[in-house]
Amino acid sequence: MKNKFVKAIFAIALGSALFTSCKPKNSGDAVSGDAAQKAYVAPGKYDEFYNFVSGGFSGQLSVYGLPSGRLFRVIPVFSVDPEKGWGYSEETKPMLNTSNGFVPWDDLHHTEMSQTNGEVDGRWVFGNANNTPRIARIDLKTFKTAEIIELPNSGGNHSSPFITENTEYVVAGTRFSVPADYANGDVAINTYKENFKGHISFVKVGKEGEMDLAFQIVTPGVNFDLSHAGKGKSHGWFFFSCYNTEQANTLLEVNASQRDKDFIMAVNWKKAEEYIKAGKGKKQTVKYAHNKWNEKTHTATSEIKNEVLVLDAAALKDICYMIPCPKSPHGCDVDPTGEYIVGSGKLAALIPVFSFDKLMGAIKNKKFEGDYGGINVVKYEAALHGEVQKPGLGPLHTEFDGRGNAYTTFFVSSEVVKWDIKSLKVLDRVPTYYSVGHLCIPGGDSKKPFGKYLIAYNKITKDRYLPTGPELAQSAQIFDISGDKMELVLDFPTIGEPHYAQAAPADLIRNNGQLKFYKIADNNHPFVAKGEKEAKVTRKGNRVDVYMTSIRSHFAPDNIEGIKVGDEVYFHVTNLEQDWDVPHGFAIKGADNGELLIMPGETATLKWVPKKTGIWPMYCTDFCSALHQEMQGYVRVSPAGSSVPLSWSVGTNLPKATK
Amino acid sequence: MKNIKISSLSKVLLVITGLLFFGALFVPMWQIQLEAPQYPEGLVLRLHANKIGGDVEIINGLNHYIGMATLHTENFFEFKVLPYVFGTFALIAILLVFVAKRKAVLAFLITYVVFIALAAVDFYRWNYEYGHNLDPNAAIRVPGMAYQPPLIGYKQLLNFGAYSIPDTGGWMLTAAGILLFLIVLKEYKFNKNN
Ligand SMILES: [Cu+2]
Repeated sequence: MKNKFVKAIFAIALGSALFTSCKPKNSGDAVSGDAAQKAYVAPGKYDEFYNFVSGGFSGQLSVYGLPSGRLFRVIPVFSVDPEKGWGYSEETKPMLNTSNGFVPWDDLHHTEMSQTNGEVDGRWVFGNANNTPRIARIDLKTFKTAEIIELPNSGGNHSSPFITENTEYVVAGTRFSVPADYANGDVAINTYKENFKGHISFVKVGKEGEMDLAFQIVTPGVNFDLSHAGKGKSHGWFFFSCYNTEQANTLLEVNASQRDKDFIMAVNWKKAEEYIKAGKGKKQTVKYAHNKWNEKTHTATSEIKNEVLVLDAAALKDICYMIPCPKSPHGCDVDPTGEYIVGSGKLAALIPVFSFDKLMGAIKNKKFEGDYGGINVVKYEAALHGEVQKPGLGPLHTEFDGRGNAYTTFFVSSEVVKWDIKSLKVLDRVPTYYSVGHLCIPGGDSKKPFGKYLIAYNKITKDRYLPTGPELAQSAQIFDISGDKMELVLDFPTIGEPHYAQAAPADLIRNNGQLKFYKIADNNHPFVAKGEKEAKVTRKGNRVDVYMTSIRSHFAPDNIEGIKVGDEVYFHVTNLEQDWDVPHGFAIKGADNGELLIMPGETATLKWVPKKTGIWPMYCTDFCSALHQEMQGYVRVSPAGSSVPLSWSVGTNLPKATK
Repeated sequence: MKNIKISSLSKVLLVITGLLFFGALFVPMWQIQLEAPQYPEGLVLRLHANKIGGDVEIINGLNHYIGMATLHTENFFEFKVLPYVFGTFALIAILLVFVAKRKAVLAFLITYVVFIALAAVDFYRWNYEYGHNLDPNAAIRVPGMAYQPPLIGYKQLLNFGAYSIPDTGGWMLTAAGILLFLIVLKEYKFNKNN
């Protein structure tokens, strides 16, 4: 009897082990029959949405189409890109200037589109640089990085660049609290609790998009992770998730996971504005760079600024409030109505959802449970709308479809879970491949989501594509969320780490005054040559300026003599074309630099210091016409001190042969 | 042989004819549309009474491959003369309302038809000139190939399809001709008994 019982148990255990050890379902099974049709965009047809995907550690911004997943363009932002001359041409070098000098790389995590009345408006995309804290603005008329502003007093600019509903501000919360730039930073690391401070930056955005660091709020030292602005009724507030409220400075994986609850910090930025007006801000001496691209001169300028206004959250009690949030909160998302604030404790087994109305009531009635570094802590239950029970493991980020549903990603259980915002009931779940981080629904963090597609940005892709050595493709997945059940329609590989993304209807962007080429008449570059007649070469000491033009299919001049070893030669190449999609390139042998890629009507400059004598070929790198391969020329380099006169020509053999 | 006065309907039509001549001064008369795989949006040359419009710069840029001369308004005496011609035609049409002789209208119609024929010959001559007078050093030389656009209608020129058709002003001039013809027809055919 006993023996039989044991056998039966064994058989059941073995059976279920066999059953469960079967290969887990992969998306081959998860994909339904008409998925291909849903993702298919016929050749020559346009996609419905633009998807602006951050390039993570690539530092760039990539542009994909939805639902096809086709890559259109990689826009250089925080990393040099020799392909486009970004950070190599003289005009773009100032864009990567910082208080630390020229910084050739950064880590772009989040993209955020400009909004009007809480709706995506298609004017600009903002992106953050984590490493050397900065915010960039990319102009969607040109798909070009137009401005970069550095943030002082910050380290690891992670909860950035989230935006208010009329693009009043983009904000940035420091991930690493560090001693302020205006304080002595040469302190023992284990004095974190006394000397390390957090700073939240409010960057004002002007009518033309121009950014200005309006003020910062100094907070106790914690790690700010993510944020989102209030909207509608909660417009005027901003919410930041924070972890390491233990204020540990070593082995954070253990030491920052001690407390049962960390915080979401609610910031009343309208109140902060009042305090600034009332003169409560303290001017602090700092150093940060502000870089702007000028569309008329095709040139960037970099300015170093020296001052920032700082408000003290501990002293000004009604700017900041802490809401307890279990456990190590990561995502902090506000629903389209502005009423619900979703916290995602990445180590929690539930999702807390806070109510803005309740939060206001709790603040009004002083339902506090003490303070944290001088900031009032609201009672958890007093602000809570409710908890989503057993949603999955490791909730990270939530977006919304505008129909009352929320979609949360789960890193550990590798899935997207759909739930009802009001009733907090789980409605649907789909697996992702694998370990999803952020997700994006077009307009999904605005007042007006276009709830048709959901894109999951995954961290791991093993077995999804043909392997490519130890490093595999990065990947995203598109789901159709128009029905009751989420449906996987496509996997697509991406550049860098596809961290966060934004998306908007294609027409909103392409019918918003997009530029096709630069008008040559409006080109105010100081070294422009507006026609071949203006092409010339000038010398001042050892500086040589080549005013060069390019047009299908030649450069003017294309023969240059009289250059000497050690000269600083600046090729200012103006593309004379006034036709869509006819860029020209420029490269010269041996240049320890990138190439130039010059759009029609634009001028760009490559610096070249010849080190050896001889004949140096130069050529157009962008296949521009049937005679592209003929688009070339020669530079003769003579020894330093040589008497070869400076001469240049096109179509004529110069200088005249001296018998 | 006495001069027969025209009807008041014809007078109204003459006023319209005059306005059509006048209006044609302000809109392009003729267009040559070019299409190629690389130019899905198309390129167009628009001939106004006083200038060449449209994508002249781009077309000039492309023409250098085949060694065709570049187009410049100032190289055509026609653009200096045509505005006066049409202006005069407009005045004549109005003047005829007061003259109101059917013979005068007939004479005007004949003058206009002769003018159109001459204009067509002139246009053909220019097309021939540009299409055949090619730079012998051009990058692309196709034996026996000329690049003369059609006088009217469609023709394939290497990778470009060329449509030569009237533009707004051309249709206005056509309408003016038809109106003149109708007036003459009406006055001679239906007013015989007068
Ligand atoms: Cu070229």
